[in-house]
Amino acid sequence: MSKGKGLWSELHKKLFERNSLILTVGILVTVSIGGIVEIAPLFYLDSTIEEVDGMRPYTPLEQLGRDIYVREGCYNCHSQMIRPLRDEVERYGHYSLAAESMYDHPFQWGSKRTGPDLARVGGKYSDEWHRDHMRDPRSVVPESIMPAYAFLAESTLAYDNVAAHLRALRAVGVPYSDEMIETAVADIATQLDPYASDYDGFLARYPGATLRDFDGNPDRVTELDAMVAYLQVLGTMVDFSTYEAEADQNLR
Amino acid sequence: MQSPQTLTRSGLDFSTVIVLLITVLGALWALFAAAFAPDAAMKGQSWLILGGFLTGIFLLVGSMTSGGVETDEREYNENLIKAGVIASLFWAAAGLLVGVIIAFQLAFPILNIEDWGFTSFGRLRPLHTSAVIFAFGGNVLIATSFYVVQRTCRTRIAGGIWPWFVFWGYQFFIVMAASGYLVGITQSKEYAEPEWYADIWLTLIWVAYLLVFLGTLWKRKEPHIYVANWFYLAFIVTVAMLHIINNLAVPVSFFGSRSYSLFAGVQDALTQWWYGHNAVGFFLTAGFLGIMYYFIPKRVNRPIYSYRLSIIHFWSLIFIYIWAGPHHLHYTALPEWAQTLGMAFSIMLWMPSWGGMINGLMTLSGAWDKLRTDPVVRMLVISVAFYGMSTFEGPVMSIRAVNALSHYTDWTVGHVHSGALGWVGFVSFGAIYCLVPWLWKKAGMYSKALIDWHFWIATFGILLYITSMWVAGIMQGLMWRAYNSLGFLEYSFVETVEAMHISYIIRAVGGLLYLAGALIMIYNVYRTIRSEVTEVDESVSPQPAQIPA
Repeated sequence: MSKGKGLWSELHKKLFERNSLILTVGILVTVSIGGIVEIAPLFYLDSTIEEVDGMRPYTPLEQLGRDIYVREGCYNCHSQMIRPLRDEVERYGHYSLAAESMYDHPFQWGSKRTGPDLARVGGKYSDEWHRDHMRDPRSVVPESIMPAYAFLAESTLAYDNVAAHLRALRAVGVPYSDEMIETAVADIATQLDPYASDYDGFLARYPGATLRDFDGNPDRVTELDAMVAYLQVLGTMVDFSTYEAEADQNLR
Repeated sequence: MQSPQTLTRSGLDFSTVIVLLITVLGALWALFAAAFAPDAAMKGQSWLILGGFLTGIFLLVGSMTSGGVETDEREYNENLIKAGVIASLFWAAAGLLVGVIIAFQLAFPILNIEDWGFTSFGRLRPLHTSAVIFAFGGNVLIATSFYVVQRTCRTRIAGGIWPWFVFWGYQFFIVMAASGYLVGITQSKEYAEPEWYADIWLTLIWVAYLLVFLGTLWKRKEPHIYVANWFYLAFIVTVAMLHIINNLAVPVSFFGSRSYSLFAGVQDALTQWWYGHNAVGFFLTAGFLGIMYYFIPKRVNRPIYSYRLSIIHFWSLIFIYIWAGPHHLHYTALPEWAQTLGMAFSIMLWMPSWGGMINGLMTLSGAWDKLRTDPVVRMLVISVAFYGMSTFEGPVMSIRAVNALSHYTDWTVGHVHSGALGWVGFVSFGAIYCLVPWLWKKAGMYSKALIDWHFWIATFGILLYITSMWVAGIMQGLMWRAYNSLGFLEYSFVETVEAMHISYIIRAVGGLLYLAGALIMIYNVYRTIRSEVTEVDESVSPQPAQIPA
């Protein structure tokens, strides 16, 4: 064995095996290359995110619903990423675009479908179905293995601090305006009331959002309100009537 | 004779003061969080964090007033490794138990006890993955790396109190993260769920870990750095890089739990899977290859098969692994060029992986009889065989056409577990079976028969696990895309869930068997430590294996 050693082995022995700092730097350089080549371009290539109409930041209520979705670990069983495969498009709807998660900090694409994909669950079921499903999933889908989340209807939504959430999201790049942050707390109640005085102002801030009492209990603002509001907006923002998949700027 | 240079006391030295300062700052932050946290979950968490830091202050001050910890430069620090072995066993039992619970939850959803909100699958699954990967795996890596670096450098671990800071700080991180999951504190990035404050704490621990490891290399009495240490070093350095970049986030409040990832959507997805796949590549592979490169040659008393293959294995593995992340995002909204790059490098990764496997297996040349006579060698060798199997399966699953079927299904879960249970678990158990008699100065393990029982029960458990998940995953993937004669989708989603019920039961039983094996090992270790026999078996004496010259 000792005779078969070449130049490289000798060099390796003299350089990397005798000097731990050279070894450390060598490792750092070697493991940096892949990430730099693959990830860095995503931040400056224009073609990474498609040009679409309709994407807007989440309303404060939807964002707090999203936080509950994250808190309960829904991503462990539900993806939010429809692949451009025939069966998926037929089962779930139009394949997901990068633009649809451009305001998602963090992304919720998921990696496992123990339950179905939720990227376009918005508008697919009624609020009442969601309420029943959260209270007892097996009451609407007998074979379901999903845990029950009845406590959401009982838990008061904590939203005093929602403006701070919006500010943090603005810091990472979501275009919340000063006005949106100022009205954030009020906008929770506004979205839950279809007869709210600031109806028009709310829709100007969040075009296309729906205003209604999501949990069926107008007396309280619950976590279920937020959760259903979030689920009902999923996959509904992009206007596919104006989206051109074959347009130059959308080819990737 | 004791000279003043070899025997030191870390009473009021600089390091201890710095550690005390860190602990006091941590306690102050927790105190403010208890008072001002905007979210209820953090209010509860902060008391636990405060308790942890106060315990640390109490122990540090106690140690300082009683004259500090005695450090004898002429001896290896073995208490540190003993603590690591015990922590590894504890977290193995905890992590595997949670795994069994959530496996049964998927078969019988009634086990998600709703009155206790914290037991739902969504909160327990990160608890399981973090407990087995970071608590069990991490402790095994820290303990074995501290053992191997001392022996192969023929010097005591560097840094006085710092290695203990790394050990206890890491346990504290685990408790902080795990208790957070139960009350719903998570940033939802898989295998990177801990929130920003726990991430900062881990960063601190990890930098200390790197410096302790490097410090030990700097004062080595061997001219060359042994191959196992290259792998440990790559693991420590790369995990630091991955951890810091993937966890960049803006907290909602300085005393609250919630933060928002700096990245969004597609960029966040690739950053996460660059991290996620290399948690596999550097935490669960490079680190454990360090174990393979020390413990297999040591245990069979043979040199590593090929020195040159070690070099090729090392550099090609760490170079190629880092590119493989995008294969988690095939057919997603990630640009196709990135997907293709990820796939190409994933397939290339097969070669260094198998180069390493061959280097490990062929080290048994001339000692194959030990497979029959030594159940610990059998465990180590089977672990390398599982490594070979899952590093073949991985590249296959990274091919887009295969991934179209396998992605989102339990095939992926089965693949992960053939690596986790077969490779990571078995190589760790093998190392622990080597270390316990060495550290506690015993002739050998209390019972060789119990090692055999552990081996066979656990192996049977793994087979049940991965075969049931192959069936479940491939079946579900095929059912999703099945069309009937009229051109409609044949199955509703929930029909595919129903079809997996039996597989889920078999998988849970497999996991239960694996847990049973681990409990047998814990009993065996306990009896070994308590046993009276104290002569050291020369054939397994812990001198470093020489690199073939």
